[in-house]
Amino acid sequence: MNLDLLSVLAYLAALVAVAIPLGLYMARLHRGERTFLTPVLAPVEAVIYRIASVRAEESQSWRTYALAVLAFNAAGFVFLYGVLRLQGVLPLNPAGIAAMAPDLAFNTAVSFVTNTNWQAYSGEVQLSYLSQMIGLTVQNFVSAATGMAVAAAVIRGFACRGECRLGNFWTDMTRSVLYVLLPLATIVALVLVGQGVVQNLSDYITATTLEGAEQVIAQGPAASQIAIKQLGTNGGGFFGVNSAHPFENPTVLSNMLQSLCILLIPVAFCFTFGSMVGDRRQGVAIFTAMGVMFVAGLAVVTWSEAAGNPMISQIAGTGGPNLEGKEMRFGATLSALWGSATTAASNGSVNAMHDSFMPLSGLVFLVNMMIGEVIFGGVGAGLYGMLLYVVLAVFLAGLMVGRTPEYLGKKIEAKEVSLAVLAFLSMPLGILVFAAISVVVPQALAAVQDAGPHGLSEVLYAYGSATGNNGSAFAGFGAADPFHTTLQGIAMLLGRYAIIVPMLGIAGALAAKVPAAPTAGTFPTHGPLFVVLLIVTVVILGGLTFFPALALGPLAEEVSLAAGTRF
Amino acid sequence: MRAFIRPAVASLAVMILLTGIAYPFAITGIAQVAMPARANGSLIDREGRVIGSALIGQVFTAPGYFHPRPSAAGYDASAAGASNLGPTSAELLASIDDRAEAWRRETGRTEVPQDAVTASASGLDPDISPENARAQLTRVAEARGAPRDEVLRILDAATTRPWLGIFGPAHVNVLEANLALDAAFPGDIE
Repeated sequence: MNLDLLSVLAYLAALVAVAIPLGLYMARLHRGERTFLTPVLAPVEAVIYRIASVRAEESQSWRTYALAVLAFNAAGFVFLYGVLRLQGVLPLNPAGIAAMAPDLAFNTAVSFVTNTNWQAYSGEVQLSYLSQMIGLTVQNFVSAATGMAVAAAVIRGFACRGECRLGNFWTDMTRSVLYVLLPLATIVALVLVGQGVVQNLSDYITATTLEGAEQVIAQGPAASQIAIKQLGTNGGGFFGVNSAHPFENPTVLSNMLQSLCILLIPVAFCFTFGSMVGDRRQGVAIFTAMGVMFVAGLAVVTWSEAAGNPMISQIAGTGGPNLEGKEMRFGATLSALWGSATTAASNGSVNAMHDSFMPLSGLVFLVNMMIGEVIFGGVGAGLYGMLLYVVLAVFLAGLMVGRTPEYLGKKIEAKEVSLAVLAFLSMPLGILVFAAISVVVPQALAAVQDAGPHGLSEVLYAYGSATGNNGSAFAGFGAADPFHTTLQGIAMLLGRYAIIVPMLGIAGALAAKVPAAPTAGTFPTHGPLFVVLLIVTVVILGGLTFFPALALGPLAEEVSLAAGTRF
Repeated sequence: MRAFIRPAVASLAVMILLTGIAYPFAITGIAQVAMPARANGSLIDREGRVIGSALIGQVFTAPGYFHPRPSAAGYDASAAGASNLGPTSAELLASIDDRAEAWRRETGRTEVPQDAVTASASGLDPDISPENARAQLTRVAEARGAPRDEVLRILDAATTRPWLGIFGPAHVNVLEANLALDAAFPGDIE
């Protein structure tokens, strides 16, 4: 068997093997059961709840839960915006970096609070160590924990029988940080340092190279931020070039560990879901639907990167994989694997530059984001995003057979479907409408770097990434223009809260319903037929909405490439 | 809404202390005590001077050194970057034309490995492919007046093979190879 295929299969096997126990552990945690960390962490929790005057066992209504999410995220936004504006006069700034401009600070604060981590700035040039630590690293934890908490509440709404409790945002969020993110991040950060990821508070180093030139080498507390950026599907790099930087990702081992962390918690949530609804097959069905779509996309990307760029091969006089924008230590396959994982998981960190991937790879990345980041997706966010499609899928199935649709015994009625459609519409609004505005406003159009169809792909990618809360970029796109920092900020807010609030609404409505016992006419939602129906729903609703735009971007580019057209 | 302010502000404050201060400082502390060389950038010291980092590429143009991949950032390790040009970009293909021509001139070979003409993602790529390295062998050996076998041995020592036998391509660390060359064959390299 060829080594590239073997390495991808080994990765997938390791991922599932680690994700299943983690998923079951998170299910215990969110059911309020004891875990092996409870003896150590329960006293810490108690102190936090006392300080925050939170009554831990008090369950919230969906409205209260949603308001708590919004209040907590608003506080996070205000604090982060303040730090970025004031970093020039705050401590821990050895490189003497100045305050961030208002529009860029707005964009960055929204970006990290919404778990997007779109970076319109370059870390080593525009952020002090203090901003990286108490600003960005904090939001890397709590924006991830926000998504995980919302997922826990949504699952409870789907799962509960009889006395229904959605849970308490403050405890769900706190537990996600204490019991899941912090322990995992600590382990991962230390392993990364062992591989050579920097972790210091030193000044930048000036070296004299072997040929006598001066080379200034950026430093900083990178490992601690990188560990959580991968685990929390954040993706915001410590350095501008993210995990392509040798100080963020120095070895193949550090690369595989980070690749694993990108998908770990999103995959685990499928199994958390199955366990919490009391039927693990339901979780396996959702995992299978996501897994099939992931592997299909991965196959396209791996193949097209390995086949390489025919125009470059012609110049080089020999074939070979596409290595423009890729690091030699990762090569084409591990870059393709990372790119697929990071766009599927709404992570957005990169180990290679997506702008320079082949057109069909770019197409897969775009589709992964445009369908709403539901192929594993963001931590928590991927699961509740997929449940949105589940609601629509069982509704479509119900229409086909003329029966009231049900999911897990609960009737899916007009209210749930309306809310699901409302949430769904945020993607075309943020991507198609905002991209359309960007290509007719001259100031906005100036941000496009490449001519030809690839230029449209850059715009679509920027708004797909922002609305999908992904954060990766076709980085040739000049995202620092105030027009885009502002519009992107709005797209990120839309893609986060215009989905969270309706999904909590659906959970609240379902929580109030008494489940019916399954009958002979009940459509089973754990079998292959449901998996196929769910995939078809995602492809048709998500994919077809964006097909015309994709035809003019990556597909037109692929055709041009075959014809040998240069732009 | 007032009822939410206290828990929101207080929870955020606790999280800042825990994840923004305690966590990064704890990791920094452990890293600095347990693995200081790695935590500080794997810097290489030669005769008391820092000559670079083992992980970060640098510019080499002398014929007696192995040359790195093209870089969109000129190996500036305080502002890394890539070309970010798309696969049909005329600008990209024009620069690849130029690089291929230069590479052929330097090595005397016609078939150019992809890594020799494409810019990396970081602009700091420390590695080249073994094919690229071997094609430069004659030039390096002649410039140094060194036996080919010796230079080949140095290349082998600077080559990292696929991790666990399957993950990632084999690659040669350029700085490591060049340091070994300087140590084995000191003196004029022009």
